Amino acid sequence: MSGGITFDIAHLLAGGLVLVSFMMLYQDRLYSLLNMFALHSLVLTLSVAWQAYVQHAPHLYVTAAIALGFKAIIIPVALHRMIRRLGIHREIETVVGIGPTMFVGMGLVALSMVVMLRVTQAADPLAREDLAFALAVLLLGLLVMVTRRNAVSQIVGFMSLENGLVLAATGAKGMPLVVEISVAFSILIAFIVIGVFLFRIRERFDTVDVRALDDFKGKRRR
Amino acid sequence: MTPVALVLWCIAALVAISVLAVTISRSPGATPIIYGASLSASAAVFVVVLLQLVTPAASGLLPALVLPVGLPWLGAHFRLDALAAFFLVVINLGGAAASLYGLGYGRHETAPQRLLPFFPVFLAGMNLVVLAADAFTFLLSWEFMSLASWGLVMTHHRERDNRKAAYIYLVMASFGTFALLLAFGLLAGTSGSYDFATMRTAGHAPAVSALVLILMLIGAGSKAGLVPLHVWLPLAHPAAPSHVSALMSGVMTKVAVYGFIRVVFDLLGEPAWWSGMIVLLLGGVTAVVGILHALMEQDLKRLLAYSTIENIGVIFVSLGLALAFEANAMNLAAALALAAALFHVLNHSFFKSLLFFGAGAVLTATGERDMDKLGGLIHRMPLTSFAFLVGSVAISALPPFNGFVSEWLAFQAILQSPDLPQWGLKIMVPAVGGLLALSAALAAACFVKAFGVTFLGRPRTLAAQLAKEVDRFSLSAMFVLAALCLLAGILPGIAIDALAPVTLTLVGGRMPVQTSAPWLSIVPIAEGRSSYNGLLVLLFTAFAASLAAYMVHRLASRALRRAPAWDCGFPDLSPQTQYTSASFAQPIRRVFGTLLFQAKETVEMPAPGDPKPARFTLELRDLIWGGLYEPIAGAVWFAAERLNHLQFLTIRRYLSLVFLALVFLLLVLAIWS
Repeated sequence: MSGGITFDIAHLLAGGLVLVSFMMLYQDRLYSLLNMFALHSLVLTLSVAWQAYVQHAPHLYVTAAIALGFKAIIIPVALHRMIRRLGIHREIETVVGIGPTMFVGMGLVALSMVVMLRVTQAADPLAREDLAFALAVLLLGLLVMVTRRNAVSQIVGFMSLENGLVLAATGAKGMPLVVEISVAFSILIAFIVIGVFLFRIRERFDTVDVRALDDFKGKRRR
Repeated sequence: MTPVALVLWCIAALVAISVLAVTISRSPGATPIIYGASLSASAAVFVVVLLQLVTPAASGLLPALVLPVGLPWLGAHFRLDALAAFFLVVINLGGAAASLYGLGYGRHETAPQRLLPFFPVFLAGMNLVVLAADAFTFLLSWEFMSLASWGLVMTHHRERDNRKAAYIYLVMASFGTFALLLAFGLLAGTSGSYDFATMRTAGHAPAVSALVLILMLIGAGSKAGLVPLHVWLPLAHPAAPSHVSALMSGVMTKVAVYGFIRVVFDLLGEPAWWSGMIVLLLGGVTAVVGILHALMEQDLKRLLAYSTIENIGVIFVSLGLALAFEANAMNLAAALALAAALFHVLNHSFFKSLLFFGAGAVLTATGERDMDKLGGLIHRMPLTSFAFLVGSVAISALPPFNGFVSEWLAFQAILQSPDLPQWGLKIMVPAVGGLLALSAALAAACFVKAFGVTFLGRPRTLAAQLAKEVDRFSLSAMFVLAALCLLAGILPGIAIDALAPVTLTLVGGRMPVQTSAPWLSIVPIAEGRSSYNGLLVLLFTAFAASLAAYMVHRLASRALRRAPAWDCGFPDLSPQTQYTSASFAQPIRRVFGTLLFQAKETVEMPAPGDPKPARFTLELRDLIWGGLYEPIAGAVWFAAERLNHLQFLTIRRYLSLVFLALVFLLLVLAIWS
């Protein structure tokens, strides 16, 4: 297979990840946000699998399997059930308008391109592109977290941020499997902990809007 | 086993004693066990090191002992050269004396479980600092020493003043260690070798040397009590129990001096001539400011702490002289100045420990530190009074005691200054000599006040009237030190000869061999120029005094006279009419106080017929505290108040902050590269 096609497909998948990140930015319903996250993880799985194929690194297939299993299936399904049990599937959250958010997102992608392409001039072009896209996904994930008020969507933002990390790691050729698995498990544990917390918050405040937590923190001193 | 290993075993023993103290300190028998064990460990180190110091083959050729602890690629280096050996003598003599004193004094301690565990580790920390031969071990031991002494300052933590003192001490100690850290970072340079041996051989650029000198003055100076970094010292030293005060004042400040000497004389290489000027000036100012504060003080232990600042000033003046002479390749004069500094280090550790022990004895006997509530103790506590008198005479630099010898040597070094080529130094050194002379005179006045108000006259309170002599252990510790003061005063030649290996390695010269001088006299440069014989002075003083006494008793008129009884100028027998510490210091306060302390005296006279008592109020302000520390503290508070709002943001705000910080850094990266 020629280098051109390899590069193009990797580029396509990584770019697709950024695109899905953008799509997550403007979802204002929780269910659709979750679906987008599942799609995000699916694209990540494909991208990792492609990297495994290109780099002849069988352990990356395991990574891809983990991504598919946990992030594309288990976590979205669990979050779905959680939302249903919490009864917040109808909630609409608008913190920042869609237009400004999209513009900021574009700025972030441009920034990550500029930074990464400049910093990694000596590196392999495939890795360079991958890293640039990964940084973009990471920043967009953070942006999702910042612009959402609902705890569930903040979790989703966090998970998509982690997807960006995995993308960067697989592109960089050399993240050992142990690290990968431990990261995956820590994400899972974080997910469980946050899930438990969500229910506790809900029990106590009748909402998962994090503003309630801020109120609970009490009066500012001085 | 090499001496280094022996000393390290003793240090390990001290740490083990401290662990033991943690477990048994609540039982009543713990105090003698812990102090006894500390005493034997200190004495063991003292013997090992003294043997090392007097054997002629000991001059700095021993390799470092490397233990596989600490940083993995560095290990912990320990080395016992002549300088370290000398300071180990000072530390362990002080440590042994304090432990001996603690055997008696510690019985009155109300909370021994807060004191006993820290005491041995404090000794261990000081020993380790001196032994350390790489920057990492040095800093670790330094911080260890600081924290252990902080724990000791906090012994009586229920008193508000002590907590404040400990807090200020902690802040200043951290600041000092930070400066030391930077200094060692600069010394290690880009190669990053933290071993002293490589630091010593690596050359340093002049700018780096200057910066290291300033950082060392801040770092070691803040621990030693150089003005204006001295503010914590008169608060923290008296707050600790008295034998710990003695250790902190008499010994720990010397460890700071050691750090300064080690870096500036040993590691930094050839000094620049102006570095001597900075050190001289700081030393002179420190001496005068310290002793003036001491004169104004009426708390006995605080007076002693301020006097420590003065003595540190004297030591730094000598060190500055040594630097100036060394920069001009005047090795003999440099050796003289350095020997004066080191000898004063030894002497000050003797008499300051002795005086703090005396203050502790007074505290045990009366429960008072305020001199205006004491008085007349010489009748109730004759032995303590005698020991305190010896300490006072020695610290006032009166012959035949040891304080005179070291200050005389410092003045001999000052007299060498006309040979210096730089005009700045030529003018500066005599001026600093004037400051030194002033501080010596004021020190004498200060200790006349301390001894006179505390021990002479009539008791001012019931507590002073009912005082009892202290126990044998405390007394024996005081008398051992008093004897050492006298011995070092009449046989200084032995000590000076023992210092020769130190001066040889540090400034490349030594004073003439003193033990070969006739009649035990000491000769700083050459016999034709000046010499001093302590024994002769002692004999002459004793002879003249006996003769005078004899003549008064034998030859005075025995004719009967009838006259009113002489009342010693003391017609009203109420104790209130005696000199108080404030009234004794008033003339000096009038001269220096208006400028230096902004002293304000107001007399409030009631109108005729008004039964209100007349009031005299005296206000003193510390200009350094108000002019330097309060603005800094204010700025820190201001920033803290502003940053406090960051504690109370919403989760989204925190996320946004992280996000914005990340984006900002990326932007910087994008624009920068």
